[in-house]
Amino acid sequence: MAAEPWQTAEIPGPKKALVITKPEVVAAMIKRAKHPVLVVGHKAAETDFEGGKLIDFIIEFSKKSGIPVVATAHMIGEFAKRGFKPAAFMPAVDIGNRLVDPSWTGVDGKGQHDLALFVGLYYYMEWAILSGLKHFAQHLKTITLDNVYHPHASWSFPNLSQEEWVKNLKVIMDKV
Amino acid sequence: MNILEKLKMFVADIKPSTLDVFTLSKKGLHVKIGEMKTDVGLVKNLELSIGKIVEEAWAEPMGLTPFPSLTALREWDMKLLQRYKPFYLPFCDVCCLCTFGKCDLTGGKRGACGIDMAAQQSRIVLLACCIGAATHTGHARHLVEHLIEKYGRRMPLDVGGLNVQVEAPVTRLVCGVKPETLGDLEEILDYVETQVTHCLSVCHTGQEGDNLDFESKVFHVGMLDHVGMEVADIAQIAAYNFPKGDPEAPLVDLGYGTVNIEKPVILCIGHNVVPSVGIIDYMKENGLDGEIEVCGLCCTAHDFTRYYKRGKIIGPISWQLRFIRSGVPDVVVLDEQCIRTDSFYEAQRIKAPVIVASEKNCMGLPNRTNDPADAIVEDLVSGKIPGALILDPEKVGEVAVKVALKVAPLRKKFKAIPEVDEVLRKAKECRQCGDCRRACPQDLHIPEAMKAAMEGSLAKLADLYDLCVGCGRCEEACPAGLQVHSFIVRAGEKKLKEETYKVRAGRGPIQDVEIRNVGSPIVLGEIPGVVAFVGCANYPKGGIEVAEMCREFANRRYIVVTSGCAAMTAGMYKNEEGKTPYEEFTGEFTAGCMVNVGSCVSNAHIAGAAIKIANIFAKRNLRANYEEIADYILNRVGAVGVAWGAYSQKAASIASGFWRLGVPVIVGPHGIKYRRMLLGRADREEDWYVYDARTGEKVYVGPAPEHLFYAAETKEEAMVMIAKLCMRPNDTTKGRAIKLTHYIDLHKRLYGTMPEDIHRFVRTVADIPVTMKDEIVKILEEKGWKETIIPDPTLLPRLIRKRKE
Repeated sequence: MAAEPWQTAEIPGPKKALVITKPEVVAAMIKRAKHPVLVVGHKAAETDFEGGKLIDFIIEFSKKSGIPVVATAHMIGEFAKRGFKPAAFMPAVDIGNRLVDPSWTGVDGKGQHDLALFVGLYYYMEWAILSGLKHFAQHLKTITLDNVYHPHASWSFPNLSQEEWVKNLKVIMDKV
Repeated sequence: MNILEKLKMFVADIKPSTLDVFTLSKKGLHVKIGEMKTDVGLVKNLELSIGKIVEEAWAEPMGLTPFPSLTALREWDMKLLQRYKPFYLPFCDVCCLCTFGKCDLTGGKRGACGIDMAAQQSRIVLLACCIGAATHTGHARHLVEHLIEKYGRRMPLDVGGLNVQVEAPVTRLVCGVKPETLGDLEEILDYVETQVTHCLSVCHTGQEGDNLDFESKVFHVGMLDHVGMEVADIAQIAAYNFPKGDPEAPLVDLGYGTVNIEKPVILCIGHNVVPSVGIIDYMKENGLDGEIEVCGLCCTAHDFTRYYKRGKIIGPISWQLRFIRSGVPDVVVLDEQCIRTDSFYEAQRIKAPVIVASEKNCMGLPNRTNDPADAIVEDLVSGKIPGALILDPEKVGEVAVKVALKVAPLRKKFKAIPEVDEVLRKAKECRQCGDCRRACPQDLHIPEAMKAAMEGSLAKLADLYDLCVGCGRCEEACPAGLQVHSFIVRAGEKKLKEETYKVRAGRGPIQDVEIRNVGSPIVLGEIPGVVAFVGCANYPKGGIEVAEMCREFANRRYIVVTSGCAAMTAGMYKNEEGKTPYEEFTGEFTAGCMVNVGSCVSNAHIAGAAIKIANIFAKRNLRANYEEIADYILNRVGAVGVAWGAYSQKAASIASGFWRLGVPVIVGPHGIKYRRMLLGRADREEDWYVYDARTGEKVYVGPAPEHLFYAAETKEEAMVMIAKLCMRPNDTTKGRAIKLTHYIDLHKRLYGTMPEDIHRFVRTVADIPVTMKDEIVKILEEKGWKETIIPDPTLLPRLIRKRKE
């Protein structure tokens, strides 16, 4: 299935993200991953999600899936307000930079991650970091949970309406 | 008697008939003698060339790297790059720079020329920095040539008299020369131009292949850029008598609302002040001062307010479309750099004649430079020609003023922004396709605002006014051809008209005495840092964040410096007393200040201040002593640059000049599009050792500063990082405690938690802020912290005074 980048001019090149057409596939990939990590940007606290904010969903998702969360920007405070402690907090460029280093021991000291999920960064910032990982982190698969197509991820939703996106994420939550 | 005169006397003793060739100038001596009899014998076929004559009026000994070549500082660069490794963020999977391509560089593939993705990205960074450096240097060359023509080569470079005796710290440091006159600047520009050309040639297919060597050249061209900027600014300060390091440079008007629209209005856009000076001089000479409004956008406005305090600054680059479309300008004068390339088209829409005044930006207009001024005026006023290229700045002045006076009553401020009823009517044509949002660099929720407009409310469009960076891409994307940007401006019209602020005119250099006063507290850490807000206006959430950051750090007694579009944006805010930051804080370079150095090219004074701390306060030799001074700044001067809205190639080269000098730079989130960061790894202890110059021991000093080039996602993140990046290995315990207090306080307030890396910045118990002692000691115990010594830090083994046996 073809998909277009959310920002019209952000054309990547020959290697583009596979489009998530069935959320069950994402759930299966998460289950199959040995050491996944979830990177959460500041927009998670601003984005509406089923009467709450996206961050509320992320917290439940992390608890259910057991995937450790890295909070970027000032998000650590938003998580703390909700009584949730992420595995780590650091700038988005720092987590990107660590993910390209095969010798990094990960957010929990258990070794480099093999799957990184991203959500809630500025589109262009996530776009660029996913590009860095695509090119320089051959050991890593990436999935974006945003409702827009990110061509530099390994897997991405196409551009979705709010309703479709919520529905998809809830399926993933159910299956992990 | 100087060397040149002595040589002339020596040559005069030789019979002229014996000289086949003789040339003597400051650039060199060339003597060729076919045959000459002397007391000691017969000389045949003697040819003598001396490349350059150096006059030794400057007693300071020459350092190791005068006029450095591409590789002269490579070892220093590699020290930085080993600690701050590039993290590449490719904009594109391919290389398309030659006809072998496009080449797919994904998955570790190499292109047809053999290049890999890391080298390709650093190559693009180098290309961008070459563009930036060439732009400033070309600007400097034009200024110097013009000013020499006007004032003569011997005009002294007085940029502050006895208060600014180190008149050109960057040039002294890089080149090892001490320019004294306008003419002295020529050879400096010769050097910079040569080196920038070499750096540009490195980008050719089949040249450099290693990414770190590309990065070293990025640093080199950034360093050159600062020389070019310094030359440009000291030349114009001296020749035009701009404020000379004056802390009380006049407060000038800023904002759309400051323009008297009852008068004819001349709008100048760009960066090169020469045509604006022509306009102002003509007005004054003809008794028209006060009859016409001269206003400007971008750095040209900064610079003409340094010359003419009645000039008005409209705002940064992002105000171009909205101000032209408002219909206020009667004549638009374009010089060079950061000018919208559709500004001629936009000016035509409001029936305003255009004068282009730079060879670099001819806009397809006829060259009327050699025509009589009145003939050009007649053609522009009658509409026979919509614009003209005039390369004589005095003639630009005469034509612009005469046209403004004649056109204003005819135009009657004809505008290109639709009335409210038209916006409401046209909004109904919106198809809600979302293409405007997908084209918007800020991802603004334009479709929702358009929907509200369809239903009769402009409130949401008005909200967008504060966030819009004025690029106009929404209009280009709209399939219905709606003027979305104009709708936003109309909806936000009330805010636009209420924009009445003050900014202190660019003061230029920092005085030597100010450096003496703050040198010690900066180096010891008692003034927690120098924070420079520089660069353009591609802000993620509008400009208010720049003003907020400036106020936060000025209130915390940091030294806050501004330049360029950021300096304007910082002024577009008023506190509860109705004061802008420039009225609220002192213009003296001291703790708790708000110092506007001036335009883009004035950025060299910020680098210059850091250099002067090492030279004037610490008495380090300056002359061609780049590596030692950069090592000093990296380890001791807590300075950070913040380019929150950086967009341009010039911003890239300015930043790279700071990196080589050891000053970290934070950019806003859009800055990630510069394709690579230079990031330290706090978790890799081995990266953070320095030599203790007293003993030669290697000492762990923690990640200070942690990064060299870094894009922050949010204002909150940037503010915490600013405080952190001001820490330096040399901080005294008192200074470190002050810096930690600010870092922890901001972290707690903006992140809601204690930082988790405090143990990396506490070297001894005395570093711990007293008010937080219990809390921090507990953290240190949990982290297994051990005390370390505070060294006399350096990365240069040659600076170790006593080697370990």
